[in-house]
Amino acid sequence: MDIKKLTISQAKEDLKNKKYSSVELTKAYLERIKQLEPHVKAYMTVTEEEALNNAKEADNKIAAGEDLPLLGIPLSIKDNFSTKGIRTTASSKVLDNYIPPYDATVVERLKNAGIVLLGKTNMDAWAHGSSTETSDYGASRNPWNTEHLPGGSSGGAAASMAADETLGAIGSETAGSIRQPASWCGVVGLKPTYGRVSRYGVVAMGSSLDSPGPITKTVEDSALILQVLAGQDPHDATTGPNPVPDYTKNLAHDIKGMTIGVADDYFEGVNPEVKASVEDALKTFEKLGANVKTINLFSPKYAIAVYTILQRAEVSSNLARYDGIRYGNDRSFLGDEAKRRVMLGTYTLSAGYYDQYYNKALKVRTVIIEDFKRAFKDVDLIISPTSPTTALPVGATENQSMFGELADVLVEPSSIAGLCGINVPCGFSKAGLPIGIQIIGPQFAEETILNAAYEYQTENPLYLKKPNL
Amino acid sequence: MKLDVRHIAKLANLPLSQEEEKKLEKQLTETLTYVEILQGVNTDKIQPTAHVTGLENVVRQDKTDESLTQKQALSNTQNLHNGFFTVNAILEND
Repeated sequence: MDIKKLTISQAKEDLKNKKYSSVELTKAYLERIKQLEPHVKAYMTVTEEEALNNAKEADNKIAAGEDLPLLGIPLSIKDNFSTKGIRTTASSKVLDNYIPPYDATVVERLKNAGIVLLGKTNMDAWAHGSSTETSDYGASRNPWNTEHLPGGSSGGAAASMAADETLGAIGSETAGSIRQPASWCGVVGLKPTYGRVSRYGVVAMGSSLDSPGPITKTVEDSALILQVLAGQDPHDATTGPNPVPDYTKNLAHDIKGMTIGVADDYFEGVNPEVKASVEDALKTFEKLGANVKTINLFSPKYAIAVYTILQRAEVSSNLARYDGIRYGNDRSFLGDEAKRRVMLGTYTLSAGYYDQYYNKALKVRTVIIEDFKRAFKDVDLIISPTSPTTALPVGATENQSMFGELADVLVEPSSIAGLCGINVPCGFSKAGLPIGIQIIGPQFAEETILNAAYEYQTENPLYLKKPNL
Repeated sequence: MKLDVRHIAKLANLPLSQEEEKKLEKQLTETLTYVEILQGVNTDKIQPTAHVTGLENVVRQDKTDESLTQKQALSNTQNLHNGFFTVNAILEND
C-alpha cells in the first residue's frame, strides 16, 4: 500500500477486501509519524499502544463481517477533544497533566464508528490563534515548507493530514481554525453549521461559535467523517434536531445551473497570487455549468470587530473555570495570548462597558446574519479565498495582538452567522505553497457545499500532488 | 481612554507581573481602538443575537443519567482530602 495515495474511501474498500489489515495500515502510519515528526511536529501525543489495540479490534470485527462507517481507519484528533484515559492539553501548560475521565461526544461517535486513534494533534493553546505559534509546546510546521507555519488553530491536524501522518484528522473551528490551516496546508477542511456537531467534551473557546469538523485529503472523505459526527446530542443542547442527510449520496450530482455569489470585498487586500488562483477556480465552476454572480456583502472588516469582542468575552468566561482546584495547573500557567484574551473579555463584559461592546457586537451579529440571508435569496453558494495569504513563515505572529483575527478576516463573517463552509485546495503559489478557496453555504447546507467541492475537486484533483518530505 | 489593567486582572483572577500589566495596557488599548469601528454601524432597531440557529427552550426529561464516579471526578486533582476537593478559605472566624 502507498499511504501517500490512500484515501479513507479507498482504505475502507481495501480493508473490506482484505488487501491489507488495519494493523498493517496502522503500523505504516506509525512508522511515517516516527520518520516525519521531528520535522513536522504535528502531534502532541502519539497513542501507539491504543492505535495498535484499536486496529487489532477492528481486524477482528472485519473478520467477523462487521461493517462500521470508519472501521479500522487511522485518524488523528485535535488535542482539545477530551479522550478518556489519554492526556488532553489543548496545547496549554495549564492542562499539562490532565487525563480526562470521559470521551467527548465526537470521540465517542468516532470510536463507535470503528476508528483507530493515532494520536492527539498540536494546536494554538486553547485554540487561541491561527498559526500554532501560541502552543505552549512549540509551533507545528507546514509540510510544504517546514520554514513556514501550518496555520491554526487546528494546525497540527492539518499538518498531520498534509504530511500523510494520518488518513484523516478531526479539528475544530471557532472562526477559521479548520478552514485556514486546511488552506495553508493544501487539504480539505469542513466547518459544519454551528450546532450540527456536538461540542460536548471539547475544551471550549467561544461557545456560541465552536464547531468540530473533519480535515481530510478529499471531499468524499470529509463527507464520510461528517456522517459520523453530525447529529443531535443530549449533552449539547445547541445541537439541532434537523435530520442528518446521507452526505455521500449527492456528491457527484452535476452543478449545472447552480448560482455562486462572489463579493468584491472578499478580494480586498488579498495577495495577488491567491486572488488569481481563486479567479481561475471560479472559471472552473463556470465550465462546470454554474453561474457566477457578483453580489454585495457587508464588509468583512466589521466581522473582525464583532468576532474579537464576542470571542474574547466567551473566552474569559470559559477560561474562568481553570483555577487548578479540580484538575490542571493554576492560572499562572496561562500563556500570553490566553491572558490577553481573558483580559479584554473581562473588560468588555464588566459593569459599564457591556452595552458599549458586548451588546453592540451581538446586534451587529444580527446585521451580518440578515445580510447573508438576503444574499442566499439570490445565490446557492458564496465563494471566496479562504485566507488572504499563503502560509506565513515561522515567527510571523510575534507581538501581533490581533494576528488571528486579521488572518481569519474572510472566514469570520460566516462563522459569526453559524454558516457551513469548506476549504478546497485550488492552486499553488510560485514558492510552492498551497492556496485554497472556501465554499460557504446557508446553515445546514453541508450537502450542497460538499457537492460543489466534490465537482470542483474532480476537475482539479490537487490532492494527488504531494509535498517533498 | 485609560484602562485600569490591575482592576481587570483582579476581576479575571489573573496573576500579572508589572511588565505584563504594561504590555497588556498597550495591547488592549490597540484592540479596543480597532473595535470602535462598530460604533459606525446603525443598530437602532436591531435585536441582539446570542444563538444563531434559532433553537428555543431546549428541555429534557428530569431524570438522572449516568455520571462520573467520585473517584473519576477526583482523579485529576492535587487538592484532595478525605474524598473532597480542598480550596482556600474564603471566610474567616472573628
